[in-house]
Amino acid sequence: MLGFSRNDMKKLIALVALLIIGGLVLFGVGHTNSTKEGYSLTLQEANKNKILLLTVGSEPRTLDPQQAQGVTEHHIIMAMIEGLVAPSIDDQSKAVPGMADHWEHNDDYSVWTFHIGENRKWSNGDPVTAEDFVFSYKRMLTASFGAQYSENLFILKGAEDYYRGKITDFEQVGVKALDDHTLRIELVGPTPYLLSLVQHDSWLPVNPKAVLSFGKIDTRDSKWTSAENFVANGPFKMKSWRPNDVIEVVRNPLYWDAGNVKLNGINFYSIENSNTGERAFQAGQLHKTDQVPLDKVPYYRRRHPDLIRIDPYEGVYFYRINVARKPLDNPKVRLALNLAVDRDAIVKNILREDQRPATGYTPPGMGDYQPLNKIAYDPERARQLLAEAGYPHGKGFPKFTIHFNTVESHRAIAEAIQQMWKEELNIDVSLENQEWKVYLDTQNSKNYDLSRSGWIGDFMDPVTFLSMWTTGNGNNNTNWGNPKFDAFIEQAARTGDPQARLDILHRAEDLFLSEPPVVLVYWYTNAYLLEPSVQNWNPLVLGNHNYKYIDLKAEREPAK
Amino acid sequence: MIKVIVGRLLQLIPVLGIILTLTFFMSKVVPGGPFSAERQATPEVIAKLNAYYGLDRPLWEQYLTYLGNVVRFNFGPSYTYQSESVNEVIARAFPISLQIGTLAFCIALIIGVTAGVVAAANKNKLWDYFPMSLSMLGICLPTFVLGPILALVFGLVLKLAPVSGWYGLNYVPFHPMIMPAVTLGLFYAAYIARLTRGGMLDILSQDFIRTARAKGVPDHEILLKHALRGGLLPVVAFLGPAFAGLISGSFVVEKVFNVPGLGQEFIKSVFNRDYPLILGTVAFFGTLIVLFNLVSDIVQALLDPKSRK
Repeated sequence: MLGFSRNDMKKLIALVALLIIGGLVLFGVGHTNSTKEGYSLTLQEANKNKILLLTVGSEPRTLDPQQAQGVTEHHIIMAMIEGLVAPSIDDQSKAVPGMADHWEHNDDYSVWTFHIGENRKWSNGDPVTAEDFVFSYKRMLTASFGAQYSENLFILKGAEDYYRGKITDFEQVGVKALDDHTLRIELVGPTPYLLSLVQHDSWLPVNPKAVLSFGKIDTRDSKWTSAENFVANGPFKMKSWRPNDVIEVVRNPLYWDAGNVKLNGINFYSIENSNTGERAFQAGQLHKTDQVPLDKVPYYRRRHPDLIRIDPYEGVYFYRINVARKPLDNPKVRLALNLAVDRDAIVKNILREDQRPATGYTPPGMGDYQPLNKIAYDPERARQLLAEAGYPHGKGFPKFTIHFNTVESHRAIAEAIQQMWKEELNIDVSLENQEWKVYLDTQNSKNYDLSRSGWIGDFMDPVTFLSMWTTGNGNNNTNWGNPKFDAFIEQAARTGDPQARLDILHRAEDLFLSEPPVVLVYWYTNAYLLEPSVQNWNPLVLGNHNYKYIDLKAEREPAK
Repeated sequence: MIKVIVGRLLQLIPVLGIILTLTFFMSKVVPGGPFSAERQATPEVIAKLNAYYGLDRPLWEQYLTYLGNVVRFNFGPSYTYQSESVNEVIARAFPISLQIGTLAFCIALIIGVTAGVVAAANKNKLWDYFPMSLSMLGICLPTFVLGPILALVFGLVLKLAPVSGWYGLNYVPFHPMIMPAVTLGLFYAAYIARLTRGGMLDILSQDFIRTARAKGVPDHEILLKHALRGGLLPVVAFLGPAFAGLISGSFVVEKVFNVPGLGQEFIKSVFNRDYPLILGTVAFFGTLIVLFNLVSDIVQALLDPKSRK
């Protein structure tokens, strides 16, 4: 046992007291140090100073556009990096000039020339050149860099060969700087949707000097993305980055269209918990949340319809079906499962955010592509199909499992579907939830019967939804494949006429849904809270807002 | 005494060694990897990434490299925060949790001990039942319920405290750390109150207290001078690990108030399979536990006259 003298004890007590006092002083210092800056504004002050306060959900993992993977990252990067073209104010299928002043393409949309404006500059003063884009695409296609989205650039001629090391000379890849201001892009086939594609993170430029001063072309995770080092070419540039709290961006005076930028800055708060976000909004700490807690939606719709916004969003919620397992290998069974789901009931009673029942896989709003209306609630026909498949009244149908990641709403939907199948088809289903990464592992190794899934489009073309279902595609994960479907997708990639191309994709989706390796549930919407002082925040199906158009209206002085 | 302390500190080395080894292998056994995502990267890309971070090498080789780095206090890069190292993550997040934790500790101690002493002094009377029912409520009320309630009352209704965030929210009178600290503190105070009451009642029934009473020592003196020291012993044993737990942050409280502390990094690193960050935070947390257990042993020895020579 420890032994102490009385003297020892007094000293120790003094030490403990000192520690406590020290701690308290620490708090004091913490408080007085905080000076009045952008991130400490009230909503009124923010409106007056034109600083937009919003949350984009979780903390971004990176702000390097070429390493980014998520929507969170994208929404912040959009403020600072502008691509060849930029999103328009209210129509996601149109593009407005970005780094490129104007552009043209050949008849079949396979060769594009972008003319980079003379006045385009990086925030370090460098001019933005065509070479910068060539460098950026080379970085994306450098295999050792390990960009998760490098595949997106494989539509460039020679890109895949360069990535796989079959050619080593980047000159042979279909992207060339004809001079400082002319960028020529040669594609493997007609790509009418290129303007939408090049707004994706994977196609955004990075400043070569900034990247190379912190490593080589294939160095990951370097410090060039820190607040002090970030080089921007968009309407805003980074001021500070406090992980898990806030990223502040401020007006970039060197931006080519700086005169038309309305805001002086944006604070991106990382608030993962939707309830915390909603409270912060209520407390006047935010202009906009990224979501609304599910159980609060009815309250806002009833009491504050002026604050809640529900926009269509380009995404689909579905279950993957493992078609390698019996009896799910039978297309009739899979169709029966689809027809026995009352999607209206799920949307109205569980989700309540105006989601639309998915009658096809590709959601509406994709430019000229009409969504399919093929899957509807038809329990009678479902029973008939099941009987044809050899399971009249569900007799002898083996029990199978719906697998989902641990989220309350996924469970609620799964329980509803479980009950519908029991009632309509007399089929027994069990539910199994798993932690996110385990769930991903299970899905990717195809170790499931039915697995909850979602898909968000990257750009404005049905290909972003359909190409994943080609045989053996890394995102297919259902063991489903149909050579006819693959042929349609390939044929579409070779078709220059936009309408003919969409027709082919339509036929592909029709085929896909006639033997569906999925159970369709609903098409997404995006519900969020928005202060009425925010101007020009228009509903956009991809949710990509060009922040230069966003404005804040200073509120009127309250009447006395 | 010095010898004992040095000995205990030296024990830290094998303890950490075992913790890190177990965590290292356990984290690798768990399914799922740091680079899996809903939108699958191609197997090639995953292979490149594994190669980049050395995850393609044999496990024992990764383990040895890792140990070598740990000896040099280099816990490696974080996979979640792609431009930060594990050391940087801990260095920025820990001060925040430390501040909240220390304040919570003071709140827990002051409220808990006071309530416990009051209850013990009024055994089976109103002033026993009242604080003890409150403390029962405190134990039963999880922080994810108490936190939002406090946020609603003090943040939204009274507008005294921010409901979210940390840096420089100085248009509200309360510093952002106060609400999280109160939430955490009240939860621990409830435990401390019950421990204090139990300890005090135990001491108050002993012979030397009866002797003191017989000699005519006033009640308050008996309570505070003679009984409190012994009565606090069980509390002190609890305080060491409790303090370590408090200053390493609470995932729930940090999420509820959106505070960028270490508690959420600890939990999120596991969600993200961010191996270096898992190991870094586990090692850090382990060190804190060992250290504050030692501190609480020392304080116990100070308070307990039986252990003094």
